[in-house]
Amino acid sequence: MSTGPGRTGATAAQADAPVDPDVDLRSPGQVRELARRPWAVIGAIAAGGAIGATARHAADVLLPHGPGQLPLSTLLVNVSGALLIGALMVAVEARPGARLMRPFLGTGVLGGYTTFSTHVVDVQHLLEAGRPGWALLYLGGTLFGALAAVGIGVAAAEAAVRAARGRGGEHGRKEPR
Amino acid sequence: MTWLMVALGAAVGAPLRYLADRFVQARHDSVFPWGTHAANATACLLLGFTAALALPPAVAAFAGTGLLGALSTYSTFGYETYRLARTGARFLAFANAAASIAAGLGAALIGAAIARSITG
Repeated sequence: MSTGPGRTGATAAQADAPVDPDVDLRSPGQVRELARRPWAVIGAIAAGGAIGATARHAADVLLPHGPGQLPLSTLLVNVSGALLIGALMVAVEARPGARLMRPFLGTGVLGGYTTFSTHVVDVQHLLEAGRPGWALLYLGGTLFGALAAVGIGVAAAEAAVRAARGRGGEHGRKEPR
Repeated sequence: MTWLMVALGAAVGAPLRYLADRFVQARHDSVFPWGTHAANATACLLLGFTAALALPPAVAAFAGTGLLGALSTYSTFGYETYRLARTGARFLAFANAAASIAAGLGAALIGAAIARSITG
């Protein structure tokens, strides 16, 4: 039940890595989740998306930027969202019973909080404002900042799971879903 | 009003991304995250278009910040790129980052060009 046929084709390294934040159809549990409880899953993603996007809008209001200026709010949102998704995906893997955790927090809240489209249009606007240096710095800073942040989030959460397992808790039990 | 529009737009955009991701993923059999790539590129095309129009603030908040902001995702993109690199698919990780940015920028420019050609 816990390891379906979709998993057997994956390499050992893939099986070891946590599942996808949005949806991973190589995971049998995620293939079924929409058919099993469509409105719970869609509703959780919609509510999470609304919460996440509202938080992103709050960052824009607190840290506004004019044309030709570095969009610091979007940079901070995307990098902090990457840190949180790294930690979340380790938690999702460690708690297979919490079925709405990934759709609500991963697909919804963090998916709505972070944004690729605003980031890219920010780059376009910096280029059009005659700031190619800022555009490259913003592009590279967000990409490498986010990738490093995912790694830090995963490492921190894995350390926390190991510590919980060390105390004899069943929460640390690893079971792909 | 703006806050409500952002929340309502995202409540549409985030489930759309999930459904689009499922739709695309069901139609290919590779580890490359085409679903997120497609959602992000589509959102860039449409945001490039809407950002180039002089929309009323409430409409811009609903469609731009809310719907198209939530249709795209940096967290899932970052996580998928990280996971490809960590599972040894370094070239695919690099290709995903490069292709997402190139496709996103190209799509945003095309969207803006369409909007400007319509509005003159």
